[in-house]
Order: sequence, then C-alpha cells, then structure tokens
Amino acid sequence: MAVSPQLILRLILLGLAVVILQVAAVSQVVLFGATADLTPLAVAAVGLMCGSISGALFGFFVGLFFDAALVQTMGLTSFVCVVAGYGAGRLRELRDPQATVVPMIVGALATAITTFGYGLMNFMLGIDAPVSFLLLRVILATIVFNAIISLPIFALIRRWLGPALPDDPRRRRRRAYTTGGLSPLSRA
Amino acid sequence: MYDKTVRQRRAVLGLLVACSLILLTQYFREPGGGALHHVQRGILEVVSPIQEGASRALKPVRDTFGWVGDTVSAKGDLAQARKERDQWRTAATRNEAASRENAQLRAAVGLEAAPSDMAAYGPQTARVIGQSGTLWYAKITIDKGTSSGINAGMPVLATDGSGGDDTGLIGRVDQAARGTSVVRLLTDSSVAVSARTVNGSALGIVKPSPGNPRDLILDYVAKEDTPAVGQTVVTAGTVSRTDELDSVYPPDLPIGRITRVDDQGAADQTPHLRPFVDLRRVQFVQVLTEKVDHNR
Repeated sequence: MAVSPQLILRLILLGLAVVILQVAAVSQVVLFGATADLTPLAVAAVGLMCGSISGALFGFFVGLFFDAALVQTMGLTSFVCVVAGYGAGRLRELRDPQATVVPMIVGALATAITTFGYGLMNFMLGIDAPVSFLLLRVILATIVFNAIISLPIFALIRRWLGPALPDDPRRRRRRAYTTGGLSPLSRA
Repeated sequence: MYDKTVRQRRAVLGLLVACSLILLTQYFREPGGGALHHVQRGILEVVSPIQEGASRALKPVRDTFGWVGDTVSAKGDLAQARKERDQWRTAATRNEAASRENAQLRAAVGLEAAPSDMAAYGPQTARVIGQSGTLWYAKITIDKGTSSGINAGMPVLATDGSGGDDTGLIGRVDQAARGTSVVRLLTDSSVAVSARTVNGSALGIVKPSPGNPRDLILDYVAKEDTPAVGQTVVTAGTVSRTDELDSVYPPDLPIGRITRVDDQGAADQTPHLRPFVDLRRVQFVQVLTEKVDHNR
C-alpha cells in the first residue's frame, strides 16, 4: 500500500495519543483486577487498515515510545507489537475479512499475542518467581476487556485514518459487485 | 512484481525484529548511564508534562470507573474490614503500652530516640502521572524529580486511600529526571527489600509474585524463624554495623501482612504477604529524600 505523508502524520499522532492515553488514564482504570490495553488494539487496527508493513512499522514505533515513556526495557514491547501489527496486516492482505466481528476477534488475538508474548519475554529475561494463576486470570480478563472495547476503538481509528487511506482496488471492486455495477450477471 | 513485494515485506519484518532484539540486548548490556537510558530520560522529560496534563484531565473518567469497581467489591471488603478493625483495636491498646515502655527503657539506657514520624526523612509528596500499562505493574511515573531533591534509589511510600491499612512502602526511585521520576514498584522482579516481622519472629527478603500485585513473598526465612498469619512485615533497615552498607530503606516502614505460610517450619518456608497498598490505586506518593542514622 502506498503511504501518503498525510497518512504518516496521522499515524504518528495516533501513536502518541494511544501511548499517552494508555499510560496516563487507561492503565489506572481497574475493573475486576484487570485493565484494558489500547496499544495492541491500535496496532492491530492499523495493520488491518493499512497492511502488514505499515502495521509492523507502527507496532515497532508505538512499542518503542511506550518503553521509552515508561522507562521499560527498550525493544520488548516493540518486538511483540511488530508481531501483532504484521499478523493483522497479513490477515487483511490474504483474507480481507469484512464481517462485523472481525475487529473483536483481531483485537482479542492481538492482545493475546502481546500479553502472552510480553510475559514469555519477561520470563526469558530472568524473572525467577513462579507464574501465578492470577496472572493468567488477569491476562484473560484483559483480552476480554479489549475484545469488548475493540469495536468502538477500531471505528474511531478508521474514522481518524479514513481520509488519508488510499482507496483499495479490491474493496472498490467488491463494492461495485455488491451494488451490481460490475456484476457479470447484471451485464448479462 | 509479486516476488519483489514479498521480499520487501519480509525484509521489513526481519529488520524490525532484528532492531527490537538489538535494542533489547544493548539495553541489558549498557550501564544505567548508557546511551539508551539517556535517550529514555530525555523522552521522559519531554513526555511527562503531557502525561501530567492528560492524567489530571482524565481523572474524572478514572474515578467513575474506579467507583464502579469499588462498588462491586465493597460488600466483601466491609466484612473483612470490620473483622480487622476489631483485631487492630486490641493490638493498638497493647502497642500503646509497649511504646510507652519502650520510650522509658530507651531513656534509661541513653539511646537516641528513632524519628517517630516521617518528617525526619525529608518526605516529598508527588502525584502519580503514569502507570505501567503491562500486567506486571512494575513502574509508575511521578511528577517530581531531581529539582525537588529526588534521586535514584530513594524509598517511596504511598497510600491507596482505601482506609485501614492503606499506607506502606511501595518501591524505590529507579530513575530521576529534572521534573519527573520513575518509581520501580515492589512487584518488579529486580526489587528486593530486607524485611522482618514487627515482633522480630522472622527475617527475610521481600520479593514479588509476578502478575499478582496483591501478593509478595518473604524469601530466605530461616528454619528457626516462626512467621505467623496476621503478622505485620516491616522494613528491617540497615543491619550491617559498617556505614558503607546502608540499607536503601529506613527501618519499620510497613510493607504488608502475612496471609499464609508455605511449608511452615521447613528450611524453605515461604510466608506470603499482602501489601498494605494496592499498587494499582496509588494517586499520590511520598519519596523519602533523607537518611537518618544510616537507616538503622
């Protein structure tokens, strides 16, 4: 996908807003012992709307900014977000799913990848205490929260990026078929 | 054309993964004053005013959600709080007598009285403006830094405002910039605090239980020690007799209360304690900027 300067600017602003909102507000709202995590949702949304390369790049820089803003181990969040963004982008390129529940499923999957991936990386880096059942419960609660809020979040991101997104030829073709414009049956 | 796209896509992915791993390795290898840490501090300096503004602006939203969560759990907490209040009322009466006796005995043997409140430790109150978004609850960002006398390594206390036993040690300053600092919480795997029970029946090192900010472990407790459920755990302060090995934490800062003891009486007995402060609900903290008598 060709990326316009306008889209890049919008992606930068989106990344900044998501990290600041997550750090300053969302992470401090605890419901049933867990919090929502906007980062994987935003990364997955960008991947799903802009493709795998844009998704991976957005994931990398959002992760980097997140680690820098929280003085965490640099590269850790970037790594898991690259995987989530690239995965969402590949899904779009291979299947281009259009169902209403796609944001929910993709959001939940991206959250699962980032939370489990982050946990795994942390353990590999030397956290020597045991894994608790509560950790698993909190991870699952976060996935559920994220799945619930994914629809409005994806809609907001689509609205924000929409004016800068180039019109996808495949989608344009599908729209035309749906409305009967290019259907071979209508021509026959 | 297709092959070129595929190659380009894979190259970008490989490059980003490689960059992440290089950053990770470099960050681990370099000392605290290294280039990446320096960049982080710079970004923190720039971002913290924005974070502070966002944190203040979004406080009503946080409070609304917090109210919903609190209401759900309030009923269970009330019964528990009443039970604990009765226990503490009895303990307070006992302690008052013990405190009076302690003061008399100290005066009798000519010991300098330990500071009875936190004023001697130069507390600096700061607002929490950012919190770790991960499940590990490892760090918070506060709105004061070196310009307020805060430096890396200083102990941090907080209250979560839940009433009752809600004040205690929550961690230490990890990095300090001019107007902001990052606090590494007790739930971070790299934090270990020398601690003991209030009555001195057990001595050990408080460590986190990952993924559970309401559970800490008192590790390395000797077989002869007798920790018991319900005992309060406080910081041990400086144990060494030489001044070169000061503890970071002053003595007798409350940490939590023992909730269960795994393998009691065994060589590897492990008391679990519930921290007094719910680390996810902290809004203000106190950083202790001074040491008194080498934290003995």
